[in-house]
Amino acid sequence: MTELEYQAISPSDFFYRNREIAGFSNPSRAIYAAVRELLENSLDACEARRIPPNIYLRITEVAPTESGTSIYTLRIEDNGTGVPSAHIPRCFGQVFYGSKYELRQARGTFGLGGTITILYGQITTHKPVWITSSTGGEIHEYEMMIDIEHNRPVIMKHAVGENKREWKGTVVELQLEGDYSRSMYRLYEYLKQTAMVNPYADITFVDPKGRLYLFKRATDQMPPPPNPVKPHPHGIDVETFRRLASVTKVKNIKTFMMENFQGISRTTADKFLEAANVNGKTNPKTLSPDDIVRLVRTARDFNEFKRPDPSCLSPIGEELLETGMRKELGLSESDFLKVVQRKPATYLGFPFIIEAAIAHGRSIARQTKGGITIYRFANRIPLLFDESSGVVWKVVNKLINWGTYKVSSDTPLVAVVHVCSTKIPYKTVGKEYIADQPEVEKEITNALRNAARSLRLYISRSIRLAKEKRRLNIFEKFLPKIAEFSTKLSDQREIPDIQPLLEVVSTSIPDVEKKISEVPQIV
Amino acid sequence: MSEKLMREADRQRESVELYLKQLGNIVYEQIQNREFPWIMMQSRSTDNIVYDPDLRQYVLGDRTIRRHSRNIRHIRPFTQLVWTAWFARELLRLRKTSTLREVYYSARGQRDIEFKNQSESDNIITDLETALNKPRENFNIFPEERSAIFGDLTIEYTVPGYEGRRMNLTDHPDGVMIGPALTSSKFVETSADKVLVIEKGAMFTRLVEEKAHERFNAILVHTAGQSPRSTRGIIHRLNRDHDLPVYIFTDGDPWGVHIAMVIISGSANAAHLRGLATPEAKWIGVWATDIIDYKLPTENLTDYDVKRLKELKDDPRYRDDLWHKEIDVFLKIGKKAELEAFSRYGLTYIVDDYLPAKLESIS
Repeated sequence: MTELEYQAISPSDFFYRNREIAGFSNPSRAIYAAVRELLENSLDACEARRIPPNIYLRITEVAPTESGTSIYTLRIEDNGTGVPSAHIPRCFGQVFYGSKYELRQARGTFGLGGTITILYGQITTHKPVWITSSTGGEIHEYEMMIDIEHNRPVIMKHAVGENKREWKGTVVELQLEGDYSRSMYRLYEYLKQTAMVNPYADITFVDPKGRLYLFKRATDQMPPPPNPVKPHPHGIDVETFRRLASVTKVKNIKTFMMENFQGISRTTADKFLEAANVNGKTNPKTLSPDDIVRLVRTARDFNEFKRPDPSCLSPIGEELLETGMRKELGLSESDFLKVVQRKPATYLGFPFIIEAAIAHGRSIARQTKGGITIYRFANRIPLLFDESSGVVWKVVNKLINWGTYKVSSDTPLVAVVHVCSTKIPYKTVGKEYIADQPEVEKEITNALRNAARSLRLYISRSIRLAKEKRRLNIFEKFLPKIAEFSTKLSDQREIPDIQPLLEVVSTSIPDVEKKISEVPQIV
Repeated sequence: MSEKLMREADRQRESVELYLKQLGNIVYEQIQNREFPWIMMQSRSTDNIVYDPDLRQYVLGDRTIRRHSRNIRHIRPFTQLVWTAWFARELLRLRKTSTLREVYYSARGQRDIEFKNQSESDNIITDLETALNKPRENFNIFPEERSAIFGDLTIEYTVPGYEGRRMNLTDHPDGVMIGPALTSSKFVETSADKVLVIEKGAMFTRLVEEKAHERFNAILVHTAGQSPRSTRGIIHRLNRDHDLPVYIFTDGDPWGVHIAMVIISGSANAAHLRGLATPEAKWIGVWATDIIDYKLPTENLTDYDVKRLKELKDDPRYRDDLWHKEIDVFLKIGKKAELEAFSRYGLTYIVDDYLPAKLESIS
């Protein structure tokens, strides 16, 4: 873990010096990163309580700075679990303090994001942060700052209030320097995509220009919560192994393996230890560093463990993803949408599930210029940057032959890919795009292909329908002329009625499809 | 005489008008009966064009097709056919004529009816001919004019403004253009006893200059290459109605040979029509044997010429011995000669020596 390697400076200090790692590299990026960190904490807090989130987000401009940026107040309110009063100062004022150290899918991992946001606000404005929170009892209000050098909170004010309505939740308000006009588009995209994969959340956003954005809840259904699980031996590293071994109360390595890792039966443990050349009766605490390295390396290649337990994952689910996409893309009944959830798979000992969806139709054509628009999500967080470096881009643009599915280069499509895992294979610390891990790449490809097969049927149907429409148009065009000139030619007065003939032609189009007044143009 | 001729012309016009109106009636009633309109006509596809040895021309076979407006591929040409029929009837009613090209342009601006190009409109006109069993000249649609006629033949016009007016075809020394007025005119009288058909304008002018019409007592017809249908119609009429034998004089090459043959036996394109072929007509040269006999200046046959000659050999219209013999000689000597080749013996040689000898040997 990093804190061991950087003992000389405090973690706060480290992140103060390396804030671009967390996305605070410049003022326009900072607002986006701040919203993102705080919003994700809020969503996690609500999900922990199993309650549909109500999030209120407000950014107001305080004053412009000399460098063209501005100081803003950022306020976020949620209806989550709330933070117990005793934990508030350290939770928000100390880096690496949090509730997310267990191995299960969560948006953040180390409780770092919220604190780093506060840290960034403090160093750019030198203003304290206000935290208000309640777990249902009294309401606690804190005004505090971070002692960066010593990585600890400095409480400036603490007030306790009554909570007659038994409010639960947290409010964070802080000031920070940023450039809203330049981050506006990303921020909106981020909120929209967040709403897409969290259709059970109600998000209200008031921007510095006083505009109100509402991302309304479309369902009360929430995905089942993930179960915490033991680590799988394939994914263990030397440091984690060493730590577990140093604190265990178990006296022999065989029981230690079975109790601390998933997927190891008695027989498997025997076979594994034999393969690692370690005596099963060895006390874990007496393992030499060489033994530990050998155990970890052997574990990585040992094939007889059970597959990692996917119950620690919390995919969105086909139904919820469909709800979210219909809502945020404004899809109508006649538009195409196919959502696919793959079976759990693993890479390097980490379980993961791929969910993918393809949307197509007139609604999509209206909002895109044609071609494939990609939406990427990792553990229900939208990924907005470096799209063309990520695995999804590679799958969409390199691996899938869209022609097979009757998709041409300007067919308007939306492709959504959600990767959920206990460890998302990010390629960089910036957590903006997912690496092309072969297993992950394969699952994404299969998921999209699966959805694309349904798309092909839809497009074929649309083409057929368009053909029928064209047929009908031809009859509508020529029959009146035939009627007109045959009337003139035969010296008749009244033009005969061609309506009965047109009815005959149009009956070849099934009734359901006739209702669709306009046929999607497949180019 | 004149009144009788006029009545005949009127009668013919009225009968074609009636045909056209009937076509309109059929279509109109079909729509009224909630039926997709359709018409039946003989198929003009190549496998339905057969050579009739008795008529000595190509004719359409028994196969018929239905132009059906229920068929998505037929409805556009069907609409165009009805429009063209209406247009033709207007021509007759107004006593106007129109060229094929004008028909094409007249449809311009008629949304959804207009033709993509002239060959499309020409094709629809041919459909109408097939459907009515009448040549387009009967409903006043003509090709562009280029062929001419000269000789002692008195005609009487039937076109508006000229009704009853007469003219002798020797009146103009360049010859008279074979246009709608001439085509629709009546042939009153002639002192000629034969028709001489010439492929090329230069030779036609030479014959007029040398008074060949008097010397041979002939009506001269200039086809200007492959003869237009109106010209073939006139040759047919002169042969059938006035018992004039017809002699055809073309270049000595496969193309000239075929110009003669189309006059004699008709073309596959006009297999749906009668009254265009003149089976009695005779091709008198330039023969391949003439090239040898008269030692004419020649050019070599091209590969294309040779290929064409071989095609002609397999053509059922060429089954007579004369044709086969000449084609074989062409192939054997590998040479061809133009009409003008006789000029090597002086400009008048052809009139003074060659033609008299030829005509004598034929008759």
